[in-house]
Amino acid sequence: MGEQLLQLLFTGLTLGSIYSIIALTLVTTFNVTGILNLAQGEFVVIGALLAVSLQGTGMPMIAVFIVSVILVAILGGLLERLTIYRARGASNLSMLIITIGLSISLRGLALLIWGTETYSLPAFSEGGSIIVGGAALNPQSIWIFALVAVTLTGLYGFFGHTFWGKAVKASVYNQTGARLQGINLNTISFLAFVAAGGLGAAAGVSIGPITMVTYDMGFMLGVKGFVAAAIGGLSNVGGAVIGGILLGILESFSSGLISSGLKDAISMIILLGVLLFRPEGIIGAIRERKI
Amino acid sequence: MKKITMRLRSKLWLVLLLVLSLLISACSPTKEADVKSAGGNEPYKIGAVLDISGNSSSLGVPERDTLLMMVEKLNANGGVKGHPIDLTIMDNKSDETESVLAVKTLIEKGALAILGASSSGTSMAMIKTVESEKVPMISLAAASSIVEPTSERQWVYKTAQSDIVMINKIISYLKKNNLNKIAFLYMNNSYGDNGKKAISAAVKDSGIDIVAEEKFDANDKDMTPQLTKVKASGAQVAIVWAIPPSASILTKNFKDIGLSIPLIHSHGVGNQKFIELAQGAADGVILPIGKLSVTQQISDNDSQKKVLESYIADYSKKYNAEPNSFGGYAWDAFNLLVNALEKAGPDRVTIRDELEKTQGFVGISGVFNMTPQDHNGLKEDSAVLVQVDQGKWKLIE
Repeated sequence: MGEQLLQLLFTGLTLGSIYSIIALTLVTTFNVTGILNLAQGEFVVIGALLAVSLQGTGMPMIAVFIVSVILVAILGGLLERLTIYRARGASNLSMLIITIGLSISLRGLALLIWGTETYSLPAFSEGGSIIVGGAALNPQSIWIFALVAVTLTGLYGFFGHTFWGKAVKASVYNQTGARLQGINLNTISFLAFVAAGGLGAAAGVSIGPITMVTYDMGFMLGVKGFVAAAIGGLSNVGGAVIGGILLGILESFSSGLISSGLKDAISMIILLGVLLFRPEGIIGAIRERKI
Repeated sequence: MKKITMRLRSKLWLVLLLVLSLLISACSPTKEADVKSAGGNEPYKIGAVLDISGNSSSLGVPERDTLLMMVEKLNANGGVKGHPIDLTIMDNKSDETESVLAVKTLIEKGALAILGASSSGTSMAMIKTVESEKVPMISLAAASSIVEPTSERQWVYKTAQSDIVMINKIISYLKKNNLNKIAFLYMNNSYGDNGKKAISAAVKDSGIDIVAEEKFDANDKDMTPQLTKVKASGAQVAIVWAIPPSASILTKNFKDIGLSIPLIHSHGVGNQKFIELAQGAADGVILPIGKLSVTQQISDNDSQKKVLESYIADYSKKYNAEPNSFGGYAWDAFNLLVNALEKAGPDRVTIRDELEKTQGFVGISGVFNMTPQDHNGLKEDSAVLVQVDQGKWKLIE
């Protein structure tokens, strides 16, 4: 039994790491621009699919990772200039709808280029799973955790300790005030989408070896990432990671101990519960944006 | 003034984006095969609904390719008694609702018969429509409930071996090897459910116990929790009813957590993609499957051998790839329909009656003998057991 629980925990952590990394990218854009980017899942997919194509040319995995991150970062920036920037000043609802449009377009683009096939990506490190206490841990999930840790540290460092990070935060709290201080909001929104693209691609290349890659998996990933982010309070970077891991562990334990059919129902019930009773997220972040 | 143009421009961008997204999302790959006028006779319209994109695309794509190839060949050779075939293929995106919409569109366009769909769920969704509109339909999917009971499935036929045929094949293997505690894992959709029903019925009074029963979703990314339960259950063998990619992920997880009992899959994994996606973990997997993938290994006396070889030759010449059993289901369905059309002409009722009279038709999936009680017409001799050995299928009996 102990072994079984440990195995479920490991699986939960693997799933959780996937949800966390997507939640992190969602929260980053939301924090900076106030836009909930529903095309985030598509950035992840395009990153992973690009990696599949690049890897096919025989490039080493590390180069594949970097090139794919750069390309999707450029794509993110480009899309921001073509859509969000053009609609600047529009309400957040319009922005949200624009990102839905972006998401559908990107999915269509992926379908045209890569077709409906399922692709696989090689794991970053060779060798099978690591056995700890009788339970198996997938080494790729350690890589994903590393990515989550690096991103998290980076974001904390950026927002908490750099001038630009504080400028970005200021622009979210009070746009007019920030503009009066000489902060260029357009540049910040542009950079946020560049970062969202790059981070999305990094997430895609890292999770690809576990999840396999299809053109249409972005939607479900986006939904799970959103649930994780909402559990964590939507604007809280650390909360997103905790939310993701919690969601992964809950899914794993509910399918391992209760019933595998109930897994998604349980995560949706939790989302509803959080939104109804603690809309500020379970870790009790205050509604910062209302200050 | 400048402000107004700016505003207009930004609106224009939005409109453009909207149009673009609509265009792209509407661009489902619907293909119409070329209709070459063969002798100037009026073409026979037939329709196909396939799972070309979405979860079951690994089934639908080879089926589409096979159909396109066969229509082209048939029309080049003069069609059906001088009538070219006008085939419209629609993609149901592996979705049941889309499947119903597609079949309605095809019937409105005057299709004489419908081929498809690729998977059990999408096929089941179409039955009500074809039954009420009285249009013959030949499904390419496994679940036996697609054609049973035949009293309620007057218009429905299918070419893939029914799950019960495959389950019986597996059960005789289990008995031969004295494996009587089994774990059954299945996809949470109608393919998996029908597999579960078939096995529950088959193990009754056979001395075989199902000690663990687990399901998972087609979209699931990790089946370790379910396998952990299997590990703890003391099962001697695991049987899985699923299709890739989830079947491949499960196979990978199976190896990762160090399960050493034999792993038996269904014929739903009968394509190279399954092996490819499992990244080496598929070695040792046993499954019942049609003879196509082991054509070179079966005896020369087998009545199907010639048909199999000619399909492989045609397909590899056109697509530069090996065909798989899913394409084979489409091959069978198309030829069954063409045979019926030849005898019946463009009349839905007669086509249906001719389909039911099919006897001794040697196809890719087996030798078909339809009866009013059996709209599949395949027996256990249509399948063989194979094992994956270094990424290749190997006949084991």
